[in-house]
Amino acid sequence: MSDNPTNTQIQGEIDGNDVVLFMKGSPIMPQCGFSAAVTQALTMMGVKFKGVDVLENMEIRQGIKDFSNWPTIPQLYVKGEFVGGCDIVREMYESGELKKLFDEKGVQYAS
Amino acid sequence: MAMAAADIEQMIKDALPDAEVTINDLAGDGDHYAAHVVSKEFAGKSRVQQHQLVYQALKGRMGNELHALALQTSAPE
Repeated sequence: MSDNPTNTQIQGEIDGNDVVLFMKGSPIMPQCGFSAAVTQALTMMGVKFKGVDVLENMEIRQGIKDFSNWPTIPQLYVKGEFVGGCDIVREMYESGELKKLFDEKGVQYAS
Repeated sequence: MAMAAADIEQMIKDALPDAEVTINDLAGDGDHYAAHVVSKEFAGKSRVQQHQLVYQALKGRMGNELHALALQTSAPE
């Protein structure tokens, strides 16, 4: 699996950033309602995150689905761990679990 | 491409026979659904693992024919 250059690139993004959102479009201009919803949750929490636009790279667009065994985008990763897609992130945001997870993992908030 | 709610429910029940499945057709267009699935199989599993079981039941349709299925899963109380 690590021989695959796309997986190496995905792993690099996840290792290099505390919070990574694989999404359609950019955080400024999400191109899909589900990606927009997760971007909004993260933005409202004031958490720093790296958005990776899968529409710019077809290999990552498919590769991220294989990587996580998850069929849809967006996908949120926190400190190397796959947290979930839009439904899970929304549920965790509403219940306060997402904030708890960020706090436990020592994720940096924008000042 | 769209899928009928009954087909979604059947595929989930084929894989998770004890599942209670509630499906709402949100936009009335057969393409935007919300599903709540309750199954004993989910007990002790993370949300990611629970959703993966449902996606496996849908055999690759999620993200293809089925664009929007908002999913909520839980184990019986």
